[in-house]
Amino acid sequence: MNKVWAIIKKDIVTELRTKEIFSSMLVFALLVIVIFNFAFGFSAELLDLAAPAMLWISFTFAGVLGLSRSFALEKEGNAIIGMLLTPTDRSIIYAGKMISNTIFVFIVGLLMVPMFILFFNYDFFSTLVPLIPVIFLGSMGFVSVGTLFSAMALNTKLREVMLPILLFPIIIPVIVSAVKLSEQVLDGNSLFAASFSLKLLVSFDLIFLTACAVIFEYVIDES
Amino acid sequence: MMRRLLFILAFIGIIASVYASFIYAPTEPKMGHIQRIFYFHMGTVWVATVAFIIVFIASIIYLWKGGRKWDILAYCSAELGVLFLTLTIITGSVWAKPIWGTWWTWDPQLTTTFILWILYIVYLVLRSSAGNDTKKAKYAAVFAIIAFIDLPLVYLSVRVMRGISPVVFGPGGGGIAPEMMNALLINMAACTLLFVVLLLERIDLERMKDAVAKLKLNEN
Repeated sequence: MNKVWAIIKKDIVTELRTKEIFSSMLVFALLVIVIFNFAFGFSAELLDLAAPAMLWISFTFAGVLGLSRSFALEKEGNAIIGMLLTPTDRSIIYAGKMISNTIFVFIVGLLMVPMFILFFNYDFFSTLVPLIPVIFLGSMGFVSVGTLFSAMALNTKLREVMLPILLFPIIIPVIVSAVKLSEQVLDGNSLFAASFSLKLLVSFDLIFLTACAVIFEYVIDES
Repeated sequence: MMRRLLFILAFIGIIASVYASFIYAPTEPKMGHIQRIFYFHMGTVWVATVAFIIVFIASIIYLWKGGRKWDILAYCSAELGVLFLTLTIITGSVWAKPIWGTWWTWDPQLTTTFILWILYIVYLVLRSSAGNDTKKAKYAAVFAIIAFIDLPLVYLSVRVMRGISPVVFGPGGGGIAPEMMNALLINMAACTLLFVVLLLERIDLERMKDAVAKLKLNEN
């Protein structure tokens, strides 16, 4: 547990000093929302229908941006080799990177959602609170697979292009169920109105957390 | 010898399946002749399923034990799987146009098939960029495993998206004539034989590529 914490702390300290990943993710997410607004031509009824999808498209796109940076940073100065040389299990490294990525992505989500709610004139408190667990489960879902894939994409030639191509088809269940849940919340219903989506999202998280932690050691051999 | 026998069997099988689906099987009363494409449709989708299961199992063994042959098996099987799934989608569309009045609908089964198709094309992109590199071959194996685990979830989520709808499927709905069933089985068997022949040839091709690469390396 200490080892996991050490990796998380390292990532957070690096991020606090550079603020590189964080600011780019957030600005990107907001830009996508703004562009969607222009594309839909401000028509109110259309925006209402498209709002949950917009939230998740901008959020996942921004998340992928952050994920591809996360391991690219380790590659700079070959920090990854140092990490691999430490006497730890590979799944510990996975856990550390995965948790720190989830923290970053989740915080971006936390900052993004209030702005999203304000932009689209939803009721602030009644929608914000139930959206938080959805954002958390959703970010955990795509970060769990995303951490594995960003470690993989690191060593392929088409680094930045490869990650979204690998990741998006896999996380379709996350996006679909999260959009469904957000739709319920924004319509003013409780989360359990879409309990099947909730179960699906939670099971995706659990399945891929375990699967990726097991598989990770095959991905991150000495380069 | 074995190879030649298989080849001849596959050849006979394909002829038999053409005969079975166009002449032997009775015309379906509601859909008419277009329903005959279903035999071939089911045959190819069956082979694609088998191919992807092979990819999954071979990938697991490759990660677990290593060995270039498992990697080659997974790669070649995925390639053929994509080929047969493409045929499935095309024949399905040809069938759907007169029956449903549209080439494509976003019905759960079709959507899942489409995502399946994309997943394995991504796999091929990843795998073909790897070449002989064992590390990248491992990445491809990892992706194949993750993609396979993902499929049931994709299917469930797509059903959620569309609101769970009854699935319109199966030749002629409920009961089918025994001749139709026979035609279907003949088609599935013939497609399987064709798949095995192609797979063996494809594996040979990949081995030859390895041999050529080795020879070139020695020459330099």
